[in-house]
Amino acid sequence: MANLQSDFVGIKSPNPFWLASAPPTDKEYNVRRAFEAGWGGVVWKTLGSEGPPVVNVNGPRYGAIYGADRRLLGLNNIELITDRDLYTNLEEIKRVKADYPDRAVIVSIMVPCEEEAWKAILPLVEDTGADGIELNFGCPHGMSERGMGSAVGQVPEYIEMVTRWCKHYYSKPVIVKLTPNITDIRKPAAAAKAGGADAVSLINTINSITSVNLDTMSPEPSIDGKGSHGGYCGPAVKPIAMSMVSEIARNPETHGLPISGIGGITTWRDAAEFITLGCGNVQVCTAAMTYGFKVVQEMISGLSDWMDEKGHASIDDFKGAAVPNVTDWQYLNLNYVAKAKINQDLCISCGRCFAACEDTSHQAISMSETRVFEVIDEECVACNLCVNVCPVENCITMEAMEPGQTDPRTGKVVEPDYANWTTHPNNPAATAAE
Amino acid sequence: MKPSPFSPGVEAGRLDDGAYAENFSDLHPAFDPHEALVAADRCYFCHDAPCVTACPTEIDIPLFIRQIATGTPDAAAKTILTQNIMGGMCARVCPTETLCEEACVRELAEGKPVKIGQLQRYATDHLQEQGIHPFSRADATGKSVAVVGAGPAGLSCAHRLAMLGHDVTVYDARPKPGGLNEYGIAAYKTPENFAQAEVDWLLKIGGITLEHGKALGLDMTLEQLKGDFDAVFLGMGLGGVNALAVEGGDKDGVLNAVDFIADLRQASDMGALPVGRDVVVIGGGMTAVDAAVQSKLLGALNVTLAYRRGRDRMNASVFEQDLAASKGVRIMTHVVPRALHGNGAVREIEFEYVNDDMTGTGETVRIPADQVLRAIGQTLDGDALPDLDGGKIAVTGAGRTSMDGVWAGGDCAAGGDDLTVTAVAEGRDAAMDIHASLMG
Repeated sequence: MANLQSDFVGIKSPNPFWLASAPPTDKEYNVRRAFEAGWGGVVWKTLGSEGPPVVNVNGPRYGAIYGADRRLLGLNNIELITDRDLYTNLEEIKRVKADYPDRAVIVSIMVPCEEEAWKAILPLVEDTGADGIELNFGCPHGMSERGMGSAVGQVPEYIEMVTRWCKHYYSKPVIVKLTPNITDIRKPAAAAKAGGADAVSLINTINSITSVNLDTMSPEPSIDGKGSHGGYCGPAVKPIAMSMVSEIARNPETHGLPISGIGGITTWRDAAEFITLGCGNVQVCTAAMTYGFKVVQEMISGLSDWMDEKGHASIDDFKGAAVPNVTDWQYLNLNYVAKAKINQDLCISCGRCFAACEDTSHQAISMSETRVFEVIDEECVACNLCVNVCPVENCITMEAMEPGQTDPRTGKVVEPDYANWTTHPNNPAATAAE
Repeated sequence: MKPSPFSPGVEAGRLDDGAYAENFSDLHPAFDPHEALVAADRCYFCHDAPCVTACPTEIDIPLFIRQIATGTPDAAAKTILTQNIMGGMCARVCPTETLCEEACVRELAEGKPVKIGQLQRYATDHLQEQGIHPFSRADATGKSVAVVGAGPAGLSCAHRLAMLGHDVTVYDARPKPGGLNEYGIAAYKTPENFAQAEVDWLLKIGGITLEHGKALGLDMTLEQLKGDFDAVFLGMGLGGVNALAVEGGDKDGVLNAVDFIADLRQASDMGALPVGRDVVVIGGGMTAVDAAVQSKLLGALNVTLAYRRGRDRMNASVFEQDLAASKGVRIMTHVVPRALHGNGAVREIEFEYVNDDMTGTGETVRIPADQVLRAIGQTLDGDALPDLDGGKIAVTGAGRTSMDGVWAGGDCAAGGDDLTVTAVAEGRDAAMDIHASLMG
């Protein structure tokens, strides 16, 4: 069986599945249940400064987007950082870490952007024996209005400054959690690195309104008829998170900076995909909130089985394996030509490919009177929409043409060599490929 | 002593009251809202969907299912009812397994079609239970049309004509409207008096006058109707029943399956309905299955459905055959009745086994029978009708008969497959043709 042991910036855990800083990790009770269920680590729900704790709304904190059969696809929340006393949290963290020495316990922190505030809390956290800290520069609601959370994460200079303070006043690893509510994720990541961060974690949640009540005209979740944007998470955000992770992984300035992947990880496969894009481990929240802590058992068995099947002995064996294949559009091979192919044995004649292609694409699928659907190679640009809308897996596939064959659409022979936009004759800025 | 299923002869009250209530409850209980959403989500919204082609009334099934899936079941109902004003009944009685659901691509893919019939019922019930009638009449045309028969064909025709602005008078020989919906369909397919509720809802369009107890040929003639109205639509169904022309065919205990079902449908107390211990139903269509299953549900001990050909030739769908089998009805095939035995009342029926080409094998079998139900086809009653074709009124196009100004549809007209949904389609299409003809 594959070794799922994880060593993330020196923090060891029996598997790479951590619970993200969020409601599931707010209390000793929950965290003990999580460890008993098999989670490799937790990032404790964000602690604030000493003093009266924050207060939460007393109405709904979550809103959701559903797929078929009320399958939860996206969740947003307007919950703030922990609303429990700082010292209660610290005592619980210390107890739990002592009882579970093999598990990772990371403490998420969010205090005002003042050196004194960080200087005050960091020794208290150090004293818990926790394995590291995560700086919450991502929370997009409530705390950001007070100059914390994503308000810091949106200013690279602040990230660098605070990270440096933390490295100065704290001896163990510092992970900087990034907000996706910015234009270019590479900038805050680079700032974290410049400040001395041991790693970044991303993404935090995305500004969102999940729905509007059409009777009351209130956004959901509605607090006495009003709504505020919340932070969006769950399966729906995974593609956004993976893109941002990959940008950091392949950016020369941040390449090699350890990444803890977060964003819609629901199954072992999601986790494996994040790891191939450069993550050293992953953090999960919505899947646990939807199904309970037991889901980690599927993640462990699934990842392990897949690693065995592929011959990966450890997480490091495939970490970042997909990063070299993430490139810019301009470097994609324009001499690669594919055509859609419909497997008539699998086709159930629903005609969705036809409707999609005929109405919204390239009129490259024909329909006979007996409902046989066939690709017209002369028109097919291989856009993949038919594959995406077909309800039958593997019924429609994209088949690459062989070099030397003639593309019936363009009448041109498929070239064996790679060629991209940078050298394409239609590109006014093309450089001659000599 | 209270009768039991074992009591010989024809007896009422073989079961206790709870058993009757359970036996005649809804065959397919209605979807709750969540079930409807889950079922609706399975629809692929096919292009030029095969289910629509398979529906005699060509309901836009993918559209109405998407309307359910997006939380607008009343819009879904209007989509259905625009094509089929009796969509509520059709949702209950259509043999969907040989129509839309057989054509569903998920039937092909998985053997599990989208539950189109039950979704249709969900939508139409949702609208009709609120008492909403989503159609209104066009400006009055000053034209009047007589409709003979208040069954699916006649009511469908009447509704469409009324909607187009014509005044319609519907004549029916029976005391209640609905035709076979009211008198001829198994009770467990349309419980809680749905047939009358649907007619009441349909008549909300206005402009339709019902005249009960008026039979063509007895209370009025076609010539009179032609004189009194601008057009006539004949949709009176098949009033006659084929006789059982065998030795002893007139013994006590022999009756028509359609009468048996009509009595059952009109009964307020199932326990008051007499049924044999050993019931034999002769026939292979829907009526035969309805009669056989309901005999069993009334408490008959042994029910045999006897058909002259193989199961593959039965008009009753495979679903109906399986339903009968699941209720304990024995299906005998390749048998033809040769004689009924008994002293006054029937006690045994004698069959001869026959080959596929209907030639006798010479082998006979006698089985106990204290009640024999004939379901061997119905015939058109009446004279001075338009020209016939195979015993039914010959029609061309949208129900045009050999007489000017007279249209026909439903079971009394030639062609079609004698389904409720076909009758609705024929009534609707004839109405459109009548309208075009009247408005020239």
